[in-house]
Amino acid sequence: MTFVLTEEQNMLKEAAQDFMSEQLSLTHFRKQRNAGANGKDPESWGAMAEMGWYGVLVPEEFGGSEFGYVGMGQVLEAQGRTLASSPLLQTAMVGVSALVLGGTDAQKSTVLPKIAEGKITTALAVDEHAHHAPANVAMTAEAAGGGYTLTGKKVFVPNGHFADLFIIAARTSGSAGDTDGITLFMVPRDTDGLTIGELSTLDYHGAANLELNGVVVPAADVLGEVGGGFALLDAVLDRGRIGAAAELLGLSVAAFEMTHEYLQTRKQFGQLIGSFQSLQHRAAIMFSEIEQTRSCVAGALAALDEGRDDVAQMASLAKAKASHLAHLVTNETIQMHGGIGMTDEHDAGFFIKRARVVEAMFGGEGFHKERYASLLGF
Amino acid sequence: MADGMDPTLDQFRAETRAWLQENCPASMRTPQVEDETVWGGRKEKFKNPDSKLWLERMAAKGWTAPTWPKAYGGGGLTKEENLILQQELKRIKARPALNSFGLWMLGPVLLEYANEEQKQKFLPDIVNGKIRWCQGYSEPGAGSDLAGLQTKCEDKGDHWLVNGQKVWTSYADQADWIFCLVRTDTSKKHEGISFLLFDMESEGVEARPIKLISGSSPFCETFFNDVKVPKDHLVGRLNGGWEIAKRLLQYERSNISATGFGADRAGTPPLHERAKEYVGTDASGKLLDPDLRMRLADLAMDDKAFKLTVARMAEQSKAGEEVGHTASIVKYAAAKLNQKKTEMTVETLGYQGLGWEGEGFTDLELASNKAMLRAKANSIEGGTSEVNLNVIAKRVLGLKEHKG
Ligand SMILES: Cc1cc2nc3c(=O)[nH]c(=O)nc-3n(C[C@H](O)[C@H](O)[C@H](O)COP(=O)(O)OP(=O)(O)OC[C@H]3O[C@@H](n4cnc5c(N)ncnc54)[C@H](O)[C@@H]3O)c2cc1C
Repeated sequence: MTFVLTEEQNMLKEAAQDFMSEQLSLTHFRKQRNAGANGKDPESWGAMAEMGWYGVLVPEEFGGSEFGYVGMGQVLEAQGRTLASSPLLQTAMVGVSALVLGGTDAQKSTVLPKIAEGKITTALAVDEHAHHAPANVAMTAEAAGGGYTLTGKKVFVPNGHFADLFIIAARTSGSAGDTDGITLFMVPRDTDGLTIGELSTLDYHGAANLELNGVVVPAADVLGEVGGGFALLDAVLDRGRIGAAAELLGLSVAAFEMTHEYLQTRKQFGQLIGSFQSLQHRAAIMFSEIEQTRSCVAGALAALDEGRDDVAQMASLAKAKASHLAHLVTNETIQMHGGIGMTDEHDAGFFIKRARVVEAMFGGEGFHKERYASLLGF
Repeated sequence: MADGMDPTLDQFRAETRAWLQENCPASMRTPQVEDETVWGGRKEKFKNPDSKLWLERMAAKGWTAPTWPKAYGGGGLTKEENLILQQELKRIKARPALNSFGLWMLGPVLLEYANEEQKQKFLPDIVNGKIRWCQGYSEPGAGSDLAGLQTKCEDKGDHWLVNGQKVWTSYADQADWIFCLVRTDTSKKHEGISFLLFDMESEGVEARPIKLISGSSPFCETFFNDVKVPKDHLVGRLNGGWEIAKRLLQYERSNISATGFGADRAGTPPLHERAKEYVGTDASGKLLDPDLRMRLADLAMDDKAFKLTVARMAEQSKAGEEVGHTASIVKYAAAKLNQKKTEMTVETLGYQGLGWEGEGFTDLELASNKAMLRAKANSIEGGTSEVNLNVIAKRVLGLKEHKG
């Protein structure tokens, strides 16, 4: 079944919701923000490792539970609700997928167990300009001495400010814009020639710009096929897109619930503001959008588990819809709260800030509509 | 635009131009820098000393309030002369000499409702920027339903005694005086409100800044605890404050309309130009992202439509035509436009629009998301868009509320 969770999946979902609301609540997020943590929260991440969540997608032979994408989606949605900053999406979903889909047995057995145990985190570095454009890789990877030398830059790499291992898209042939000629490389954080510029971001999660200046990568650390890495990259990105969509869904639902609650408590003109029809309709519209987006996200997660051939379409569908939803709901959340929604003290601002970042991550609504059209062949 | 028909206006233009040439300091003709904005008042620091000079010179001519009577420090200009002054100021890209709630909101209602003594006492210090005013309207329980306000004002014989709380009071911590709506009769709603002026340094006044989601702290919670106010500081009739309050809101909204929430920062090129840098263009100069291109065109059209509407109203009202109905949509439209513009700026800048502070982003990039966040208030401050649309539907379109 695509849409009905199994008993185990439901248990995982409940465990994730409990954990997030107890240990990674919005109150916790606010504390982290006030302390200037810039998204780094190793203590909580250790607790997540104990829950086994980094291994949800890791095959059993490499120390994971191989529980599947639908399960992972439940955890990410729960995380989205409280805006928690963690390596779950970038490491446990994106990093693990890269290795599972593109890694050799040797690579899998060195990296995956460490991820599953929560010992290392990863970051995928693709974009070099202001907008997501995965084929637009200009970073060069020149064959040298049985390995490769990487030179170029990457921008706004999520989790790049703390990741232990980077998965970097560079060009072994062709030129920026070509899908042919892209290769993925694994580069540890402390490699010579890699400079990491930590960024303070709108959502307080942080990110990094990377500069690679003659970074030497042994051939053994090429992930997947030399020059034919785009298909792998796109498949990995699709997992990231679907995971991000799940997070946006959680974020939107939580912001909506907060607003729904406010409509039923705030009074003006001697009545609940939820009694005004203009607000009622807009609340109902949001609800309608949430329901449809949930179907898309659930469908996309199931497509991954079922190994279907429409994953790319489902990923673009889910990410476009979820980005649209989060945009709408976070705006309405502020508007329907009036003055209080504009204050830093209220959580409404946290939702819109995180939403804008995840909306852009792995391609926004516009990118995915364009891609959806191409995938449908028009 | 030529005023050639009227020789006295031609002369006024020539004199104004010459005076501005002589008196507007060079640095006051450069694009406004946020922290050099002059709001006046006791706490004004004049970060740029030229701004002090500029204010003093403009105030001496009464040109900070060009159309107010000379008797109260104003410029005494006719509408036509003021139009010329504004054109000449614009021509040399002069910064406003003074920004102030006193000029935009309070002054006009004092001219209309205050007694002679009050006008003499308060208007000149608005013109010369000596006193900065804040607006004490909203309360925790009275936002959209402003007339539900509870701040109590009692007659104690030789003074008023004020107790209560205001909220979202913009710049209360920077202001010298407050124009405040208070309840002088608890047995009625609208007819129990009075319009009171008092010094923020009075004993019992406390303003606590509240931080906005954009990171700045322009507004406050303001508390009044047994604040004594002289009897002659009540404007208009006792319990007749609601009419003044509403009138002032009209001025507030029309001022917003005229400036369109200040969406176009001087010196910043239009978004579609900036988009070329962030998105790239093809050989013919078209943006590489066709979807964004269409939406930026949509934005540019909205922007033009708004500006044309403001210009149309100005011309019609100058010709003595009634523009009230058109004016009713302007605050709503301005809010929507500014929100769309700032939101699309962040989107166009892509990752570069998503930095909060520090390295990796230019100042303009860092400012983009703060502007987007701040703009969310445009459809809340000065009355929400919902309330605005309710009024249009009922009063302008004559649509009746559905009962039962
Ligand atoms: C940046 C900023 C600056 C401000 N500066 C000042 C200031 O200097 N002085 C001052 O006095 N105030 C100021 N305000 C306050 C502002 O005027 C109020 O926030 C505004 O009137 C809304 O009131 P509220 O916040 O209580 O929201 P509420 O009235 O509680 O509204 C909550 C939501 O309910 C909706 N709603 C309410 N009634 C209706 C209805 N009848 N039909 C449909 N929808 C409805 C609203 O539109 C809104 O979406 C400022 C506000 C902001 C954000």
